[in-house]
This record gives sequence, C-alpha cells and structure tokens, in this order.
Amino acid sequence: MPFYGVDLSSRLLLGTARYPSPAVLGQAIKASGAEVVTVSLRRESGPGRAGQAFWSLVQETGLRVLPNTAGCHTVKEAVTTAHMARELFDTKWIKLEVIRDDDTLQPDIFGLVEAARVLSDEGFEVFPYTTEDLAVADRLVEAGCRVLMPWGAPIGSARGLNNVYGLRTLRAHFPDIPMVVDAGLGVPSHAAAAMELGYDAVLLNTAVAEAGDPVGMAKAFALAVDAGRLAHLARPMEPRDMAVPSTPVFGKAALGD
Amino acid sequence: MSESKVIVVGAGVAGLAAAFELVERGLKVEVVDRGSALGDGGCSWMAGGMLAPWCERASTDASVAELGAASISWWMSNFIGTVQSGSLVVAASRDLPELTHFAERTERYEWIDGDRINALEPDLAGRFRKAFYFPDEAHLDPRRALPALADLLKYRGVQVRFGVDFHPAQERGTQIVDCRGLASRDVLKDLRGVRGEMLIVRSADITLSRPVRILHPRIPLYIVPRGGGVFMIGATMIESESHAGASVRSTLEMLGAACALHPAFAEAEILEINTGLRPAFTTNLPAIRRIGSRTHFVNGLFRHGFLLAPAMAKQVADAVLHQIQGTSDAGLRKRRSKGH
Repeated sequence: MPFYGVDLSSRLLLGTARYPSPAVLGQAIKASGAEVVTVSLRRESGPGRAGQAFWSLVQETGLRVLPNTAGCHTVKEAVTTAHMARELFDTKWIKLEVIRDDDTLQPDIFGLVEAARVLSDEGFEVFPYTTEDLAVADRLVEAGCRVLMPWGAPIGSARGLNNVYGLRTLRAHFPDIPMVVDAGLGVPSHAAAAMELGYDAVLLNTAVAEAGDPVGMAKAFALAVDAGRLAHLARPMEPRDMAVPSTPVFGKAALGD
Repeated sequence: MSESKVIVVGAGVAGLAAAFELVERGLKVEVVDRGSALGDGGCSWMAGGMLAPWCERASTDASVAELGAASISWWMSNFIGTVQSGSLVVAASRDLPELTHFAERTERYEWIDGDRINALEPDLAGRFRKAFYFPDEAHLDPRRALPALADLLKYRGVQVRFGVDFHPAQERGTQIVDCRGLASRDVLKDLRGVRGEMLIVRSADITLSRPVRILHPRIPLYIVPRGGGVFMIGATMIESESHAGASVRSTLEMLGAACALHPAFAEAEILEINTGLRPAFTTNLPAIRRIGSRTHFVNGLFRHGFLLAPAMAKQVADAVLHQIQGTSDAGLRKRRSKGH
C-alpha cells in the first residue's frame, strides 16, 4: 500500500536518534534495508539551525527523510517545526507528534487532531503518531491523514504490542489506510507480531539504537518484518481449542507384540 | 634531536597532554592558542573531568575504555588533584531496568545495596536500594587540572602562548601537532560539533566523594563533586552546533534530575550555566591523522577529552618522533648520496 503515493519496498522505517555514533547509525540503516528514516528537528535544532552537520550526514544516506516533531507539546510548536522541516528537507512528509505527558510520552490526541488538520490543509502529508484509539484514528482520517501510526507501547519502552485487540480492530476498520506500528517495540518478535496483524510497516528507533549491537539488531528486525509480512499474506490458521494431529491417527500400525 | 621544534596548536586538554608527551621524548615544544587565556573558547573548560572508562563502556566502543583505562595512572602521576575514589551509578526505583541495561554493557563494577551506598556516600543514605560501584575510576577538576598541566609544562621549558592566531605557513620546517578541536574542521571536513550543556552549583548541605551518574530513559546525567561544596552537573548531548546559551528545557531537566538525586540541590546556588561543542568524527572515536609531512591532527575526542587525551598524546608524540627521525635520516641519505 503506498504512503501518500510512494511505494516502499522495505516495510521497516528507522529512527536516527540515540545511536553510539553516526557511523553506527549508517551501518544499522544499511543492515535494516530501510528506505525511510525519521529525523527529530526540535531537539537537534537550536537557533541558527545548527544541527546541519548531523542532518547532512542523514541526507548523505540518500534515503527518504521523514522529519518528525518529537518533543513538541503544543499545536503551534508542532506546526512551526513542520514548516522548518519542509524547508530543510524539501519534503511534504511530516511525522506528527504532539506530546501531552512527559513520563509516558503519551500523545495529546486533541492537539494531534488539530495540528493534523492545520498541516493537511497546508498541503503536508501527515504521519500522525497516535494511540490505538479507534475514534481518534477516525478523527485523524477526517482531518486529512492518509497514513496512521498507532503506538505499540510508549516510546522507547520496549514493551511490544500492549493492546493487540485494539490494534487488530483498528486495522480492520481502516483496511484502505496504510498503517505503521510506531513506538514501543523492543525485540524482533514484536515487529513480526505487528506485521502478522496486517500492519503495513513498523517504525523503530530505540530497540535498534540501544541494542548491544545495533547493526545486528537492525538486521534481525528486517528479517522479522519480512517474516511477519509473509505470514500475513500466507493467511495464518486460527487458534483452536482442540489438538489436531498433523498425521492421521486412524489405521496407525500397532506397536508392541 | 634537540634542535627539532614542535609546535602544538591548541591549549585544551589534548594539546597540553600532547605537549607533555613530546617533551618527555626530548623534543623542544611550544604551545600556541588563539584564546586569551587557558580555557578560553575551548570545550575542555566545560568538561566533567570523569576518568570513567568502564562507565563510558556502557555506551561507547571498547576501544574508548581500553585507551582510557591507562589515563587514570597518567593523571595520578601528573596532576595531584586526581581523586581515585571510584564512581557510583544509580537509578530511581521505577528506572531499575536502566541499571540492568547499563550493567549488561560494561564490566569492572560491583552491585551494591543500600548499606554499602550509605557507607560510600552517607548523604545518599536511604535514597537508593541498588547501585553500581566502579571502584577503579577517578575524577578531577578540569579547571584545576589544565592550569596544573600548563605549569608543569612551563617548568619543563615549554612556552604556552595565548592570543596567537597560528598560520602553519609561517613556521616552515617545524612539526605541528594540531589540537584545535572543532576549529580544525577547516581541514578535517568530517568533524562535527556535539553540543553539551552544563551547570555548576554550590551547596553546603550535600557532600559527595565521587561522581554519581543517574540513569534515566530520557535524561541521563552525572554530578561531579569539585570540592568546597561545588558540584558540576552535566551534560546534555545534542546533535547541534549552536553556540547559544543553555536552553530552559535542558536546564530544568538537569536540575530536576539533580534534585531527584538529593532534594537539597533545590536550595543550591547556581554559579554557572554554560555550553560547549565537543569535536567528534562520525564514528565518535578519536583519531590521529597526518596530513603532509609535518602536521599531525589529534581530534574527535568527543565527550572523552580528559579520559583519552593521555593515550592520544602518547600516540601522537611517538608518531611525531618517528616522523622527525625519518626525515632526518632521509636528509642524511640525500646529503650522503650527493656527496658521492
């Protein structure tokens, strides 16, 4: 499913923060096969747009950049950051984060919907970081979002899919909207589980950046994302209450004398 | 050999340590710096001064710990204010996974419990149930260590001149060791600055005998005792080259974490809020690069200036000596062959 008209062959989107070094980041991106990387503007900007050295390293990878509004707490901050991102990276894409609570980094869904509307009206292609709440997702689509990015768990928490039921429901309600599980994944099996639910992609950062070997972990996630996607396409069997033997029992040769 | 002069450009910790090691090898050395005085304009002045190779190991390459481990004895021999009393790593009870994460990535520590924490740092009594103790680590005050190193150099006959805008072309024939930090990006294009913000506070209510690191998923921080009730609190790490003053957010976060370590920090007096840019290569690892036949660059010490300066200084001093010997041998051969 294309993201705002762009077809991606890799279903893994990678964040660029908290790696041991830009060199390790570059190797991890390569190992992950990601075609899209997210970049935080707010934290790394400062007056005079002084984050240029790091940003140009990211741009040198030649990948599509999805700038984000991480760290923004108000609609106004998020919109200003999006404007800056559009200018710096020459893209209409924006990963929209409006944070309410600093300890859980829980999105401010009211501010999120409002900012999504403002930015969509201005021609941005918005990737909203949201919860798995169906009603909020509906509001975001109504506001103009054509991609949804529900969390698996709070950012950086490595807890995996906290509400599988909610994520499954969301997927079922928006079959035509590309959806990415963003945040909270810790190990590759979490990513595989999201893909098995039928999500179009996953977005990761901390799970790779803070692994003992970020490059190895990037590769592991890439394999898990592919495995989960293949499993989804292959239509998994449903769980049953009773055992079903994989070989017939009837007519089996009698053992013993 | 005695006629060979080496000019060290930059009087930060990398430059002064390099000068010291060059003198040790019998070379005539001069240090020049464009700043008006020691510490002016450089990031060494803002450093934490922790000699903590094993704490650093948790978030960096093994080579940093290997290079850094030897620096403790170097500083112990060359700066009397070096204190080897270990370091402590703590986390709030809800952030205990951070401690496990940290432990899995390093070595040379002991898990200690509440009683042991109380024995080491009585002022933290009852505040933490678990901590890591790295007994072999040390710390120093960069603002006393740099002048002491400069004095030591003067005593050894090394002139340290300030306010000098050095141009390599003016000094033909001499070997140059370029330790200008981020300013060297005019030549080293892959250098970048990584912004750090720090605070210095004074409190008569708290005594700490060693650096304490507080792990936190978003705001990791350390507090280094500087003696006399003075503490350095640091430091943010932001991919930015802004020279602007510290942000309100960073300041709030650092002070908030300090108060979480000990509530009495709320009453401390703020003496200084400052920022600096750490020079880093894309690997975040230090490097020595020779460009041409007479210039060696020591750079990319990133957030490990005091930890890595001694090891890099030894390496560059050896390289310069090798270069001088090689050149004079080559010159000798040339003259000899001409003579025949």
